[in-house]
Amino acid sequence: MKKLIYLLIGDPKKLFTPFNLISGLIIVLGLGLIGLRMFKGLGAVTNLSQTTPWGLWIGFDVMCGVALAAGGYTIAGTVHLFGLKDYEPLVRPAILTGLLGYVFVVVGLVLDLGRPWRMPFIMLFPRGVTSVLFEVGMCVAAYLTVQVLEFVPAFWEWLGWSRVRRFWSQLTIWLAILGVVLSTLHQSSLGSLFLIAPTKLHPLWYSMYLPLYFFISSIIAGLSMVIVESALSHKLFTYRLSSSVHFDLDDLTLGLGKTAAAVLYVYFFLKLIGLADGNHWDLLDTPYGHLYLIEIVGFVALPCALYVFGVRTRNVRVVRITGVWTVIGILFNRFNVSIIAMNWQISPHYRPSWMEVTVSLALVMMAIWLFRWLVNRLPVLSTDKPAVGTNTLRELWSAEAEKA
Amino acid sequence: MALLAANPAQAAEAVGRLRKEEAMGVLVDTTLCVGCRSCEAACNKVNALPKPDRSFDDDSVLDQLRDTSPTAFTVVNKYTVSKGVEITRKKQCMHCVEPACSSACIIKAMEKRSNGAVTYRKDLCLGCRYCMVACPFSVPKFEYSKASPFIRKCQFCFERQEQGELPGCVEACPVEALKYGRRPELIEEAGKRIHDTPDAYVHHIYGEHEVGGTSWLYLAGAPFEKLGLPQLSDKDYPELTSGAMGTVPAILLMWPALLAGFHYLSHLKDQAHEERSRHHVSR
Repeated sequence: MKKLIYLLIGDPKKLFTPFNLISGLIIVLGLGLIGLRMFKGLGAVTNLSQTTPWGLWIGFDVMCGVALAAGGYTIAGTVHLFGLKDYEPLVRPAILTGLLGYVFVVVGLVLDLGRPWRMPFIMLFPRGVTSVLFEVGMCVAAYLTVQVLEFVPAFWEWLGWSRVRRFWSQLTIWLAILGVVLSTLHQSSLGSLFLIAPTKLHPLWYSMYLPLYFFISSIIAGLSMVIVESALSHKLFTYRLSSSVHFDLDDLTLGLGKTAAAVLYVYFFLKLIGLADGNHWDLLDTPYGHLYLIEIVGFVALPCALYVFGVRTRNVRVVRITGVWTVIGILFNRFNVSIIAMNWQISPHYRPSWMEVTVSLALVMMAIWLFRWLVNRLPVLSTDKPAVGTNTLRELWSAEAEKA
Repeated sequence: MALLAANPAQAAEAVGRLRKEEAMGVLVDTTLCVGCRSCEAACNKVNALPKPDRSFDDDSVLDQLRDTSPTAFTVVNKYTVSKGVEITRKKQCMHCVEPACSSACIIKAMEKRSNGAVTYRKDLCLGCRYCMVACPFSVPKFEYSKASPFIRKCQFCFERQEQGELPGCVEACPVEALKYGRRPELIEEAGKRIHDTPDAYVHHIYGEHEVGGTSWLYLAGAPFEKLGLPQLSDKDYPELTSGAMGTVPAILLMWPALLAGFHYLSHLKDQAHEERSRHHVSR
């Protein structure tokens, strides 16, 4: 029994850390607000209106969630399809981050839907085939499944099911291919969603290249998230690492930074082409124009230069800080397209309520808790470190078997 | 609701572009409108909507610009277009020939019907509100205060039309500012009115070409932007996303083959590498 408690929550005495208390409070508050939303409707909790039907839960939970979860397909593709085997140790944490990211997205979407219990209708009555949202929904559902299948080997190792594990490794390549294909489709489609609102999205952001921008920037988001997430987990979960992995991380970080710099460079010029194509240069010297310039200079050109600098001088610290900066830049871009520059002519402009913010934060905290729980038990950060509690699980298993 | 009982074949009916253009519509001549709000009252009655706070006879309602809502599918607004010149205009769903809401809907709860109406199937809607994002006129309205909400909007009195009756608002208009008929005939009629009294009208039929055409059309004596009607391109709205959606099959076909190819190449490279190091060792 005591072993089981340890397996489930770890050392009970170490449970009440400041982080746990604060995040726990946010989660409890968030769950209460989710209850309010379910029983009293979206209007009771959100600042959404008849002119602004999409707010923070779409702009942050869905748009940012999907972008920042791109590390999974990016790294799985790099390692399994492009054959850069050195990056192998980063695959599992990236897939876990991606998987939890998508769970977060789906939960956010469920909260935002007016009638979430009808979600299965999308597949039961596949009627909306001309809808971009239909494509996003189908791809996200399919990719969520792919990510679960990509991550389960960690469970098989935890349970000690080596034969299942061996069989599963044959699927790796196919899952990686599916992951890249599905991600290409829905990452870009999140941008296509806004193509149908040319009068509502500010002309500087509205572009026929929106799908391309969303796809290319998701690669940037994926690479940068892996830089940030690997640095954090290697610092916070040092005891879950085997020494061999630990030493390589700096090299891998520099490699990721180099790639991110190249993609940012391409993305910057694609943005310029879009700007020229839209021909709204006159709008650059307006408040929205300044916001646009901050985005493409401060969060695209600058991180590109910083990544190059960091890689050239082999300064891993600079690359990591740039990683954080780039992630913020991706958030900034998704917020601009889906919230800030959307319905720009409507005043007063939508601002999320404290309740919307709290619910989104609560979901982030839950994802972090889940990540921590899994990393502390399953072989995620390094495959040669034994999984925690495998013996306990085996004991439980055999006890059950004896009973039966 | 009888709408739910509608024959599924009829509901799923694919209406061709030409037939949609020739379906029923309404010509709203704002030069005739007196702002009496009879249309609002009739709409409220035929759709069994809750009674508003201020009665339909209360003209002071017009002092403020209003929008349609989940409980008011049409509203009349008074616009001051120049000094001392006021024009009243009725707002409702435009019933686009190629509706953005329908192409955006994740489950096609919004449908263009053969009689011109763009109707809503409340038995399918998930409440994603993408129709609200897509609609260039911001017509679909959402029941934010309900735990199980629906989208609400003008249905062009679909059922009344099927029974050979006029839409509620058209029937109620005392000055014939609303003319119901086949869309091509309405366009002809509108052109005739402009031709007969060229000084009374802006020489443009709003809705003839906007967003690929709308079943509801407007005539006015002042620029339409001043009457709260947005300037829009002539392009069908569904076309805005159809290009991007068209790349889906291409990506689905090409990407897997390409990626498998990359994998095979990297595999070959690894093999060659192993081979070489084995030779090295044996020597």
